[in-house]
Amino acid sequence: MDKRKIEFYVGLFVIIGVLCAGYLFIVLGEINLFGQKRYPLHAYFASVSGLKANARIEMSGVEIGIVSDISIDKERLMAKVSLRINNDIELTDDSIASIRTSGIIGQKFINISSGGSDTFLKPGDEIEQTESSLDIEALIREYIFSTDSN
Amino acid sequence: MAVMQIKFIDKIGEGTINKIESLGRIALFFAVGIIHIFIKPFQGKKILDQIVFIGSKSIFVIALTGFFTGMVLGLQGYYSLVRFGSEAALGSAVALTLIRELGPVLTAIMVAARAGSAMAAEIGVMRISEQIDALRTMHINPVRFLFTPRIVASIFSFPFLTALFNVVGIFGGYISGSVILGINQNVYMGTVIESVSIEDITGGFYKALAFSVVVTTICCYRGFYMHLKGEFGARGVSTATTNAVVQSCIFILIVDYAITFFLV
Amino acid sequence: MNTPLIQLENISKRFGNLDVLKGINLSIYQGEILVIIGKSGTGKSVLLKHIIGLVQPDSGRIYIQGELLEELPSAKIKSYQKLLSYMFQENALFDYMTIYDNIALPLIENPDVIPSRIREKVFILMERLGLRGIENKFPAQLSGGMRKRVALARALITDPKLVLFDEPTTGLDPVRKRKVHEMITEYKEHFGFTAVIVSHDIPNIFNIAQRIAMLKDGGILFEGTKEDVFKSHGKILNDFEMGKEI
Repeated sequence: MDKRKIEFYVGLFVIIGVLCAGYLFIVLGEINLFGQKRYPLHAYFASVSGLKANARIEMSGVEIGIVSDISIDKERLMAKVSLRINNDIELTDDSIASIRTSGIIGQKFINISSGGSDTFLKPGDEIEQTESSLDIEALIREYIFSTDSN
Repeated sequence: MAVMQIKFIDKIGEGTINKIESLGRIALFFAVGIIHIFIKPFQGKKILDQIVFIGSKSIFVIALTGFFTGMVLGLQGYYSLVRFGSEAALGSAVALTLIRELGPVLTAIMVAARAGSAMAAEIGVMRISEQIDALRTMHINPVRFLFTPRIVASIFSFPFLTALFNVVGIFGGYISGSVILGINQNVYMGTVIESVSIEDITGGFYKALAFSVVVTTICCYRGFYMHLKGEFGARGVSTATTNAVVQSCIFILIVDYAITFFLV
Repeated sequence: MNTPLIQLENISKRFGNLDVLKGINLSIYQGEILVIIGKSGTGKSVLLKHIIGLVQPDSGRIYIQGELLEELPSAKIKSYQKLLSYMFQENALFDYMTIYDNIALPLIENPDVIPSRIREKVFILMERLGLRGIENKFPAQLSGGMRKRVALARALITDPKLVLFDEPTTGLDPVRKRKVHEMITEYKEHFGFTAVIVSHDIPNIFNIAQRIAMLKDGGILFEGTKEDVFKSHGKILNDFEMGKEI
C-alpha cells in the first residue's frame, strides 16, 4: 500500500475513534470540557441516606450544580455535603437545601429553594437550613399505623 | 510400579519447569517489545501499517457486531424490564452493559479473531521460512521489528474501537427499543445520559488498554515461538494460530474479571 | 601460517536425541573461499549457523582472530557480527515487502546508515546483479533464480567481510549457476571478502574454491587446500560426484 493510502486509512480511523470517544466522554460522561465554573458551598444534614457524590443540585427543577463530596463531620456528628454551584447562580443566605428523590425509587438529588433575603452566600459559606432525606419506609410505616389506630 | 511413580513425578516436575520457563519467556518477550518502543529510531511507518491493519480494517466488523449486540440487548432488556413496568430504564441497562462489560470484551475478542490470528499466523510463517533468523543475521532485533509496532498499534487502536462499539451499540439499542418497541426516544437517551458516569467510561477504557496488551502479546508470542511447541511447518502454524486466539479469549475474560473486581 | 579469521574447535551440537555435530574442527582464513561439501543431513547448515551465532554449540570453542569468543566483550562481538552476512538456503525473503525494500532492509534498519545514500547503493547493486526493473515486485512474483539473486543482493548490501552461503546455486539452471559462481569470485576480488559456501554443485564449485572441507555424519572427513584435497582424497571426491556412498 502506498503511503498516502495508509495515511488516509489511519486518519479515517482516528476521526471515527475520536468522535465516538468524544461522544462517550462529553455527552454521556458529562465532562465539563468548556469549564462551567462552579463555586463551593457546604451544608449539614441529619441524614443523607441514598445521596451520592456527583448527584444533581436543582432549583425549580433546573440543574444548577453537583454534589462534590459527602463526609461525616466528627464534631457535629452530622453528614457534611460539599456542593458546587454554577458561577452564574447566586443563592441568598436563607436558602433551604433539601434532599429529594426523583420518582418513588429514583435517584436522590438536592433541591434548593431560594428565600427572600438581600444577602447572598459567598464561596465557602454554609447553607444553614436543610431538610434531610425523606425516609419512605418510615412514612409508609407511619401511614399504616395511623390508619390502624383510627 | 515404583519406576512408574518416579516417571510420573518426573513428568510433573518437567511440566512445572516448562510452564515457569514459558512464563519467563513471555514476560521477557513483552519487556523487550515495550522497551523498544522508546529506543530510537521510532518505527513510525510500521506502526501506521499496523494501525491500518488492526484499527481501520476492523471498523466495519466492530460496527456490525456492536450494532447487533446493542439491538439484542435492547430486545432482551425490554422484555425483562417490561415485566416490572420499568421499561423506561432500558437506555441505562443497554448503555451500562455495553460501556462497562460487553464493549471492551467483545471488541477485544473480535480483534483477537481478526487481527490476532493474522499476527500469530504471519509471524509463525516467518519463523518456519527462517525470516526471523534472517533478521538476526542482519542484526535487526526480531522482537523489536515484529512485536513492537504491533503492540503500539494495538494500544492505540483498542480504545477507539471500543468507543465505536459502544456508540454503535447504544444506537442499536435505540433502534430496537425506541424505533421497534416504541419506548419514547427522549426517555431512552435521557436514561442513557443520566445513568452513565465518567467512571464507567474510563473503566471501560482501562479494560480496552489491558486487553490490547493481552491479545497482542499472546498472539505475537505464539507465532514467534511456534517452533518450541514440537509441531513444525504448516501444522505448527495452524496450532499456534488456534492457541493464540483461544488463549487470548480466555485471558480477556480472566483479566476482565480481575479489573472489574478492582474497579467496582 | 597466519591466524585464521575464525576457528572452530571441537564443536558439538545435539538436537533432542540426534547428534548433529560431533567435535568439528574447522578454520576459515581471511580472503579465502572455503567450500563445505557432504551429503544432505550431515549438519552443514547447522555448522554455518554456528559461525554466525544463530545456534550456540553445546560444547566446543570458537575463536575470532585467535581470541576466544566467550571472553570477548559484547560490544566487540557485536562489531564482529556486523561484518558477517548469511544467505539462506530458502532465501528467507520477506514476502510482504517489495524487492527494493527487501534488499534495502539491512540498511534501513541500521541507524548508522545515512538514509539518502541507501537508494543509490541498492540500485548500484541491483544493476550489477541484473535485477533492475523489478524494484516494486514482490518475491512471490519472481522466478526461483531471481529470488536467489535478490537474497544474494540482500546478503551483500552491507559490504560484509565474511559471507556464508547456504547452497546458493540449488535450483538454478547451469548458466545461472555459473553466473552466481562468477559473481562470488568477482565480489571476492572486488571487496576482498571471505566466503564459506555449502554446496552440492560438484564439480563446478571447485573452480572457485580455495579450500575444501567434507562433512560426514556430523564430523569432518577431511579438510585442506584444493590442491592437497585433490591429491590425497581425489578418489572419494570422484565417488561422491558419481553418487556412490562414501
